[in-house]
Amino acid sequence: MRLRRPRIAPSAVVWLLIAGVYFFLPLYATFDFSLKKNAVGAPCCTLHNYGWVIHNGDFWHTIKISFILAIETIAISLLLFVPTIYWVHLKVPKLRPVLAFMALVPFVVPPIVMVVGLLKTFKGTPSWFYGTPWGFLATAYVILAFPYTFFSLDAGFRAIDVHTLTEASQSLGATTMTTLVKVILPNIRTAALGAAFLTLAVVMGEFTIANLAAFHTFPIFLQYVNESQGFPAGALTLLSFMITWGAMLSLLLVGRKRGARGAVIAGAR
Amino acid sequence: MSYLQLENLHRQFGSFQALKGIDISLGEGEFLSLLGPSGCGKTTALRLVAGFDRPNAGRIVIEGKDLAGVPPNKRDMGMVFQAYSLFPNMTARQNVDFGLKIRGREKADRSKRVSDLIELVGLAHASDRYPHQLSGGMQQRVALARALAIEPRVLLLDEPLSALDAKVRVQLREEIRRIQLELGITTLYVTHDQEEALAISDHVAVMYGGVIEQMGTPSEMYTAPKTPFVAEFIGTMNRLEAHIVDGAAGEVEHAGNRLRIDAARGRSNGERVLILIRPETLDLQAAGNGTTANGNSLIAEVLTQTFLGPVTRLKMTGGLIADMSTARASALPVGANVVAQVPTEGVQLLTLADDEALPDIGEGT
Repeated sequence: MRLRRPRIAPSAVVWLLIAGVYFFLPLYATFDFSLKKNAVGAPCCTLHNYGWVIHNGDFWHTIKISFILAIETIAISLLLFVPTIYWVHLKVPKLRPVLAFMALVPFVVPPIVMVVGLLKTFKGTPSWFYGTPWGFLATAYVILAFPYTFFSLDAGFRAIDVHTLTEASQSLGATTMTTLVKVILPNIRTAALGAAFLTLAVVMGEFTIANLAAFHTFPIFLQYVNESQGFPAGALTLLSFMITWGAMLSLLLVGRKRGARGAVIAGAR
Repeated sequence: MSYLQLENLHRQFGSFQALKGIDISLGEGEFLSLLGPSGCGKTTALRLVAGFDRPNAGRIVIEGKDLAGVPPNKRDMGMVFQAYSLFPNMTARQNVDFGLKIRGREKADRSKRVSDLIELVGLAHASDRYPHQLSGGMQQRVALARALAIEPRVLLLDEPLSALDAKVRVQLREEIRRIQLELGITTLYVTHDQEEALAISDHVAVMYGGVIEQMGTPSEMYTAPKTPFVAEFIGTMNRLEAHIVDGAAGEVEHAGNRLRIDAARGRSNGERVLILIRPETLDLQAAGNGTTANGNSLIAEVLTQTFLGPVTRLKMTGGLIADMSTARASALPVGANVVAQVPTEGVQLLTLADDEALPDIGEGT
């Protein structure tokens, strides 16, 4: 007997098309724009702008800074918040709403207010911290990414039975650290990956704080090119898009392991 | 000398006293069940032994050594939980191996022990499956193998079968007992299922309201309950309030009927007592209209009949319950008047204080 393929409703196709157009049209327009040359009467399609971006030293320099910053922010966030949220779930669940409220603060406080506050707070700290993106900017980004990190990880912890898994591990002789690394962490892998993706996206696109604190990150470079040269800016936007997606994909591949998916499903039951 | 001792254990949560001083003494290789309804303190006691919680007062001693201040990961207690507790990111085999790996055992040694244990719990064919690929019963088998892998000093089981369906529950409890006897491991088992406790334990401790009401062998608990609560909780029991009318002749009066009961001999007249009669010892006969109780009997009317397979349970007026063969029960339909013959021997009597109310734990099973 032939199996009937599930029919997709025509209305669903229409909505999918609208969503597709909404998503891909700007990308296509940017792509089309990026193929033009900044000269009157130049031929239609050229990869000149892409060549310009790839051979631009500032592009590689700023994207490297932003990328390292993103990795640093992810590392600090996970190192700080995974044990914290684990502890809160395990020992002081009453504190969870407090933490959730604190996580909303970066959404509520405008970046301009936050950066002024942070600059004042950290004024007078050593120059290796205050004067480099790896210190001040990374700290600001950890705060900025806190809502994304918290809510992703919190959902991950809520999907597993933290108490029973911890007690089972302890009764078998594991210390709290071993339990966290060998039992808890592998079971919140997807949540941690989600937190990492969102943090990466936040850092790769953050403009206000970097600009006001006078650090030369990738979004600053992008904005500079956009203001001064229209066509290469299109190519730059698309390339940055691809690089960010590539980074997310590699994070996904690094974070995925055999059995991990099953772990999440079982943990969620 | 006892292997595991719980001495005067107290545990308080806010104003609620979960344990009001319990004492347990268990020999090496023995199987003790802590039995009681929800909230009686049985799981609290188990968690104190495991080290997940600390007592407010009292001591836990194992092989003569006080466990105060010893963290759970240093106690060498294997534990099987009520909730499925397998690590979802590991296969059954890796789960069983976990404790051995933590202890730094050699790989070849570990591999053999894991294989032996997986074989012991009958899961050799499923050792490479992840927990979500195993049924509830299989998961609890793996959890048992994992707890046994570390060669614990005491095996702790916290209602490990309560999430499983009836058939698997019976099968698995027999296997737990078989494995426990085979390995000779001292075991503390928490359950609210009296049938389960009676079926697999060397000793049963019935708990209620944070205290141990009675501790003894399953047969002692069934045949000679020492408190009204135990009488009600272990099996089904007819509980008839009465008072002694002639202690010398062993006569009591219940609801205007005089009954002769051996256990009443020597008691003082006027003493308030509780007569305990197992439903299977109550003999029922059909009664004609206008029949009155004579001899050692009570008159009642059949209210309900419940088919339980080989026997049928009849509930009657006056709170009487009788179990009889299904064939005989068919002659006593609902609404029929019956004469319930009370045996003179084998009936228990408990003294009731003048103001003592009977514990209400719901309908007996």
